[in-house]
Amino acid sequence: MKPPPFDYHGPATLGEALDVLAEAGPDGKVLAGGQSLIPLLNMRLAAPAHIVDVNRVPGLDGIEAGPPGVRVGALARHAAVERSPEAAAALPLLRQALRLVAHPVIRNRGTVVGSLVHADPSAEMPAVLALLGGSVRLASRGGEREVPAAEFFTGPMESALRPGELAVSAFFPALPARSGTAFHEVARRHGDYAVAGVAAAVTLDEDLRVAAARVACVSVGPVPVVVDVTAACGPRPAASADWEAAAAAVRDRVEPEGDIHATADYRRHLTGVLAVRALRDAAAAAHGEEA
Amino acid sequence: MNETRHRVTLTVNGVLHEAEVPGRRLLSDCLRHDLGLTGTHVGCEHGVCGACTVLLDGEPVRSCLTFAVTADGHEITTVEGLARGGGEPSPVQRAFTECHALQCGFCTPGFLCTVTAFLRDNPAPSEEEALEAVAGNLCRCTGYQNILKAVHRAAELQAEEDR
Ligand SMILES: Cc1cc2nc3c(=O)[nH]c(=O)nc-3n(C[C@H](O)[C@H](O)[C@H](O)COP(=O)(O)OP(=O)(O)OC[C@H]3O[C@@H](n4cnc5c(N)ncnc54)[C@H](O)[C@@H]3O)c2cc1C
Ligand code: FES
Ligand code: FES
Repeated sequence: MKPPPFDYHGPATLGEALDVLAEAGPDGKVLAGGQSLIPLLNMRLAAPAHIVDVNRVPGLDGIEAGPPGVRVGALARHAAVERSPEAAAALPLLRQALRLVAHPVIRNRGTVVGSLVHADPSAEMPAVLALLGGSVRLASRGGEREVPAAEFFTGPMESALRPGELAVSAFFPALPARSGTAFHEVARRHGDYAVAGVAAAVTLDEDLRVAAARVACVSVGPVPVVVDVTAACGPRPAASADWEAAAAAVRDRVEPEGDIHATADYRRHLTGVLAVRALRDAAAAAHGEEA
Repeated sequence: MNETRHRVTLTVNGVLHEAEVPGRRLLSDCLRHDLGLTGTHVGCEHGVCGACTVLLDGEPVRSCLTFAVTADGHEITTVEGLARGGGEPSPVQRAFTECHALQCGFCTPGFLCTVTAFLRDNPAPSEEEALEAVAGNLCRCTGYQNILKAVHRAAELQAEEDR
């Protein structure tokens, strides 16, 4: 189907964009990559009165990678972040996750920040932000605020973004030395949203014992479910860590729902299996081995 | 209803086009209805089927998930623009013909645009890379095997040409 009518705004500067958003208030929607918003419009599941297309706003497509982590601008496309050697060096998890987001052609337009604001509980990037304890920077005419991931995702397709605000960037903090990450998921068809998926980060101490282990699970709760499994698997050497115990802890914490794609029990089971795989690979990566 | 119309300038297949469109005009509809370029096909308008894939500044995108106003001032290549001067089919087009990589042809414009950009960036893909490259396009006729053959054949034809 075709989108319903709306007033289109194509601001040329950030200031102009924030002015238009302030005036539109709750009737305004930001258009970034359009890879989630336009399907919703085409299906007539959304009908905002004002669309504020930020694609012409300069300075929003930055990808700044350094020792503290990676800051991704609102117009940095999934594909640009996926291909950035600097981003991959600072945080291999970004590329590991982005390869699971839709198809390459969708990734050419879709943005990482748009995916965070869209806050689909099945989406990969919100889980990555939640796992790393990152944050989203929101700008409005009144100023800026930085919202931590734990407060940013408030429900299925709901974020802390207020009317009049534009998410200008997101920050993904780097992990300490001797850390490794992995992302495993199961989807009905390659490129689809995952039936279940687990991102894992493992940090080893100087004696190569598990010092910290965390997972973030998708499609098993209203928001990404972060579980700290350090107690369940440490502080043993990674080779003898009890990943099964960690998976049991994860299975206890998630709150999957059944739908036409999978029952709640199957999702819970899958999440446990994927947690073992992701934790094992993350620990191997922390050792400096190829997963 | 009187919707505000926006003047857009698009360079499509090297030719400058102007159109007046409402904000909600999809790029796919602008190409087909406003500019009369019906080579770009429209299947689902959800981003799922890939039939509407065109190149926007050289990169494959879903034209059904892009507004024409957003593309204002940009360059677009559609299936009509893939052939060489004089209408000689490109290596990708020749490979699709040779390998029988289409039956009804509905999905073909999307595959051709996707594969053209893919082989430009990766002229000698592995089996797995080729599979990944076309995994976002649906075909209800061929069963995909001949499409995959065509991707590799196109890579060969392109390499022969460049020699
Ligand atoms: C076929 C298909 C398969 C897909 N599969 C997956 C998948 O497996 N995993 C996955 O994670 N995603 C998937 N996606 C979605 C894709 O990742 C989107 O790109 C992403 O969810 C949204 O990014 P966008 O830039 O396209 O945002 P848009 O579609 O432009 O916007 C989405 C929402 O976020 C808001 N928004 C966007 N940017 C900002 C901003 N800077 N400030 C304030 N609000 C903003 C918009 O107002 C809108 O409400 C898929 C999409 C398609 C079409
Ligand atoms: S019509 Fe655009 S992806 Fe199907
Ligand atoms: S040839 Fe008919 S859909 Fe692909």
